[in-house]
Amino acid sequence: QTLTHGPTTPAKTPSTSRSVRTQDFSDRRGNKSTPIQTSRSAKAQQHRGRRRSGGFGGCASGRQTGPRGAVSEEGVRWDGGGRRSRGVGRIEPVSPPTQVQLNFNNLEDFPPVGAAQSPPVATKPSRRINPTPVSAERPNSKPKSCFISTPLSLPASPPALPESAGAKLTAGSPHSLQEERELLRKERSKLAQQTSSPLKTTPVICTPTKTVHRQGSKVTPDPQSPCPDPNKVTQKSELDLLAELYCTCISENLVPCVFLELFFVLQLLTSHGVSVSESGEEAITYLGNVHNCVYFSVRVLENQFELVSHLDKCTLRLLSENERVGTFSSSLKDHLAQAQENCTAKVSIIPFQPATDNRSNFSSDRAFHTFKKQRDVFYGFLREWEDSHKEPGWDFEAALGSRVRMMVSQLTAAGSHSHFARLFQKQLIQMCKGPCVLGSSSDAPDADLLGMLGADSLGRLKRLQQRLVQPQGLIGPCPPPSFPGHQEFFKCFLQTASCCQLNQHLKDGLCQQLLKLDEVSILGPDASPARGEETGDGDMEQQVRRFSSVLLTARLLAKFLGFISFLPYQTSELPSRDIQDTAITLRSKSSPVLDVCAVLRSSVHRRRTILTVPWIVEFLSMLDHIGPLLPFYRTALCLLLQIYKRMLLGRGGELCYMNQLLMVAVLGWLFQIPIFPEDLFFSTDPKEEVKELENITSSQGLDTLPLVDQQLLYTCCPYLGEFRKLLAAFVAGSTSKSGGLIRKITPTSAELRGPSTSRSQQKLQVDLEQAFFHNQPPSLRRTVEFVAERVGSNCVKHIKATLVLELVKGGEKTLRDSLGLEGVNTAKLNDSICAQLCDAGMQALETATRFCSENAPGAVRVLLPLETSPSVLTTAESITTRLATEKACSWLSANITTLLKREWKSAFGRVMKSVPSSVRLSAGSSCVSDCTHKVPLGSEVMIEIKEVLSVAVGPRSEEEAYTVHQIESLLDRVGQTLGCRKVIGTPSTDYLFLIRQLIERGLLGEEEVGTNWPKLSALSWPEVIASYI
Amino acid sequence: MMDSVSSSSATVADKSVKRMQICRAEYRVIGRFVEQLRPTRQCMKTLQTQFPHLPPSTLLSIFSQEYQKRMKRSMARHHAPDVIKEYYQRYRSEAKTRPAAPLLLELANQVDLSPALLARLIVECFLEERQASVASRHVLNNMLREPYLIPDLLLAKHVEQCTVNDCCYGPLVDCIKHAIGLEHEDLLRDKLRETNLSFLDENQLRAKGYDKTPDIILEVPIAVDGHIVHWIESKASFGDDHSHHTYLNEQFWSYCNRFGPGLVIYWYGFVSELDCQRDRGILLRDGFPSDIVTLCQGPARGRV
Repeated sequence: QTLTHGPTTPAKTPSTSRSVRTQDFSDRRGNKSTPIQTSRSAKAQQHRGRRRSGGFGGCASGRQTGPRGAVSEEGVRWDGGGRRSRGVGRIEPVSPPTQVQLNFNNLEDFPPVGAAQSPPVATKPSRRINPTPVSAERPNSKPKSCFISTPLSLPASPPALPESAGAKLTAGSPHSLQEERELLRKERSKLAQQTSSPLKTTPVICTPTKTVHRQGSKVTPDPQSPCPDPNKVTQKSELDLLAELYCTCISENLVPCVFLELFFVLQLLTSHGVSVSESGEEAITYLGNVHNCVYFSVRVLENQFELVSHLDKCTLRLLSENERVGTFSSSLKDHLAQAQENCTAKVSIIPFQPATDNRSNFSSDRAFHTFKKQRDVFYGFLREWEDSHKEPGWDFEAALGSRVRMMVSQLTAAGSHSHFARLFQKQLIQMCKGPCVLGSSSDAPDADLLGMLGADSLGRLKRLQQRLVQPQGLIGPCPPPSFPGHQEFFKCFLQTASCCQLNQHLKDGLCQQLLKLDEVSILGPDASPARGEETGDGDMEQQVRRFSSVLLTARLLAKFLGFISFLPYQTSELPSRDIQDTAITLRSKSSPVLDVCAVLRSSVHRRRTILTVPWIVEFLSMLDHIGPLLPFYRTALCLLLQIYKRMLLGRGGELCYMNQLLMVAVLGWLFQIPIFPEDLFFSTDPKEEVKELENITSSQGLDTLPLVDQQLLYTCCPYLGEFRKLLAAFVAGSTSKSGGLIRKITPTSAELRGPSTSRSQQKLQVDLEQAFFHNQPPSLRRTVEFVAERVGSNCVKHIKATLVLELVKGGEKTLRDSLGLEGVNTAKLNDSICAQLCDAGMQALETATRFCSENAPGAVRVLLPLETSPSVLTTAESITTRLATEKACSWLSANITTLLKREWKSAFGRVMKSVPSSVRLSAGSSCVSDCTHKVPLGSEVMIEIKEVLSVAVGPRSEEEAYTVHQIESLLDRVGQTLGCRKVIGTPSTDYLFLIRQLIERGLLGEEEVGTNWPKLSALSWPEVIASYI
Repeated sequence: MMDSVSSSSATVADKSVKRMQICRAEYRVIGRFVEQLRPTRQCMKTLQTQFPHLPPSTLLSIFSQEYQKRMKRSMARHHAPDVIKEYYQRYRSEAKTRPAAPLLLELANQVDLSPALLARLIVECFLEERQASVASRHVLNNMLREPYLIPDLLLAKHVEQCTVNDCCYGPLVDCIKHAIGLEHEDLLRDKLRETNLSFLDENQLRAKGYDKTPDIILEVPIAVDGHIVHWIESKASFGDDHSHHTYLNEQFWSYCNRFGPGLVIYWYGFVSELDCQRDRGILLRDGFPSDIVTLCQGPARGRV
């Protein structure tokens, strides 16, 4: 049995009261009751942000999914950062949280639960802050420190706090540090005795439900915990005030992670009361009983209803069906019930796209063929990983390490890193772009299943599978960065390959694509969401899908870019202060892989933060220990903090709520993961940055469009699903039976837009065109650009296939004719024909213009709404035609000559090779006139001939003999077969060879060949045969 | 093989009448049985009598593959210089005493070496002896193809006896195998056309610059037995464990890696347990599937 203090709290301060706490403990240890609470809280703690999680033994397992893997080092690093901030913030001794926090910080004093069995943690004393659990089971805990400690530790008290509240909060005089420490020591010694607890060895596995039954400690109704009763709530007015205060902190983004607070509130809601008689403790116990906890929680939920209502349907259902909510606020229950009706979710799959790389992309045949092998080797690894990575004891390095390195070294030899990097990146996007439920893997799209079941059933089936396969442990709302699903393969591959060339090429490729994605136009730049009727539903839906696709790809790429970029600096432990300083000085000199600050500022100015911030967050989450200390990244993190602090939910003016929610969620997560220096959150705002952020140049941008839907939110922030798990666990009475997770599969649309069209146009024309599009729905521009791009491209293809082919054919004819003449100089002939062809090639531009004018208008017309006015239509058609022609002609004028020369070269070679034998080859290329293609197969005839031969040559038995008739019949069939070009195919010389064998055996005379094969003579074969005979 | 002389109108399609998927256990039985066989038409008859329920072509294919494995295993034994010398000396001495007997064929059967391979070794020795230098591959191949190019007419006769009687190795077998492969690819194309499925064949794909190309790529994927099929590979042989794994590594996975799931047709059947990669994108069949589902139109209907 681990720490049994119920739900953890976002507060930093452990505020416990000795008596109750102790009693609690002995209770628990005695009868092992309420395993639900314990397992849940333990789990929640394990995966809390570093602040809460400290060095819990169970933490290690959770953390190892993160890139850095080790827990203790985070603790140390954190400690360093934390201490500095505290040094600064010490001005306010009033704040009890910080003081006590120091206690918990000291891992020597307060080792993590389960540390006894976790050597790394034990041997590396980490002074991480332990999670600070608060719950009804510690009825005497000081409520004020439960929930507002975080904002309170701001050096300057937030102006938003009402005077009275502030006074109240500071008034609660802190326990003496000694007292607290004493208490926690006791607790620690208790924990130390519990080393044999099964929970410690397998901290992530949930307590089985049956245990609950056996022990008769089901949550509802729990004989030990009283049913929360609104009438038993004490100190209502104080609680109201506190709730209001707390909500203000949330609303004003004064807490580092809004969702962490929400998680806490839900933990309070689902806490299991322990009927503890109020001991005469001097501390005020606002949340001292389950009634107060639930009351407070419901008040906060009511206040934060808008935020809550944006959670997924299942969470809302669970909330609305939660009897405590109903008991304490029927109106909240009704609102929740209403809200869930507005929720929708869709399921679709990621399509498989085969990639092609042909020879012309490689410097040499050798490189091409090496890469051909590498591709298969790479997929071989992937399959092997899929097959075995879940098997116990399987290790990437041990199983694949040497082979991966060998493959990479072959890449080096062939110099095809860039190709492999591209393949790697494409495959990464294809396999990992979609959502990965935390802790699950193997997301292969089941096209077959989809075909059989249809998308709806497939979704259900998947969810079922999820429920059966996926461990349902709570991991808390701020899990450390991880590489779920197939991402792990790619991560391990890079780690194992540890190839600097490959990494460099990947960095180049990732950077390029990220910046391209960041610039991608989801809509026309001037699109306005206000034009309701013009931006039809279909358009919006398409935009949302496109945005989702772009965002998810960007986040994935950014994570890997961060991973590769900071990989060289990753250390298992936080370096000492001296080394830190040296490293900072050293690394400040070289330029960072990506100018995140510039990208961020630009995105703010152009109001595209909804796209940029989420991927920057992914990138920065991969930082190494020193990274955040570098001025450059510190600035970036400060910028993000500013953005967060300004991102007040529901008060963003034009900003859409869901957009804000996504940003608040990802930023809050970033601020809670181990890498984020805590002091930063409470540092004073650099004024100039604030100013800079206000300098918004664009009147409209992505931020003002409703681009984020719930599906995207949950895909980007799978940890939001923790709310649902928490509530479901409450219903089920056990964490092991949470309601199952709905795995969402994100629809991805093909990236339609090609490179932007030629910009070398007269400025006026361009301006006019822009003006035209300005007042049209954005879909019009997209359609026009798309069609132009496609038509232009088709035009080029068409010209390649027709005009070029015809010209080359004509050239071949000229060549053949000229070769027949006496005294020709082939080299001269070649040159002159080539020159002629290139001249003639210039007509390609005319052809292209004609092609585009013929095809572009029709295509646009079909794609635009029927109701489009004629003049708009005509304009769109002419713009499309112009763009398509421009595209085609610019390509053609640059490439047609080269293309023709290349084609001619190979045609010339072909002709020269075939000329000497061309006469003979031209013979007999078709079947005899009345051929029905129903002749014996060549192979059969050949087998028969061989059979006859083997009998003829012997040794043979008495009964093995052929009559003349049989031989004649065979010959007849041979004749038939030879008469049909379709059957005879290419290996005609093989037949002739066999027939010759027959003749040589004396089985056939030459005359017989003549009489039995009348058809052969018609086919001009005899002369060939004659040549053999 | 004698059968086909009398029933000459047999077509490839007729072979599908007999069952051609064999479970691994049964395959092992056949494998054990063929261990004692030699690649002669007499032995083929024995094999057919032993397993009358299997089509002769399937049996021949199984035997041929097993025999090739056997030859590869014993290659080192037969190719040791002193062993070759001994074979040659034996032939030489016997050729003097009883030139009319099928000497090389007997020797081959006696030492369990393919007659055609033995003939090759002997001709090689013969040429070395005469010219005191190693003969070129080209010359050697030509002499096996047309034994009467060999200056020694008696040797020529014996060599011919070997190549003509060997049903697993030799120039004639190569011709036949080549033809069978092409015919089945052709058959596949015909079936696809009959079913109105449009496709790109290997040559078209190569022209487009693909690095690895299956026989057929469907322009619009189909579904067979609920599995998506993008490409089809035709194999005019029996799919046993060894050959299938070689093909998987050298071809099928490569196709999957490039084009997605596909179908492999082993026209002469296969070990049924090998059809276990369906979910990974490789489906096995022993003939052209009749249960094709196409996009939009449901089950495809052939014109036949």
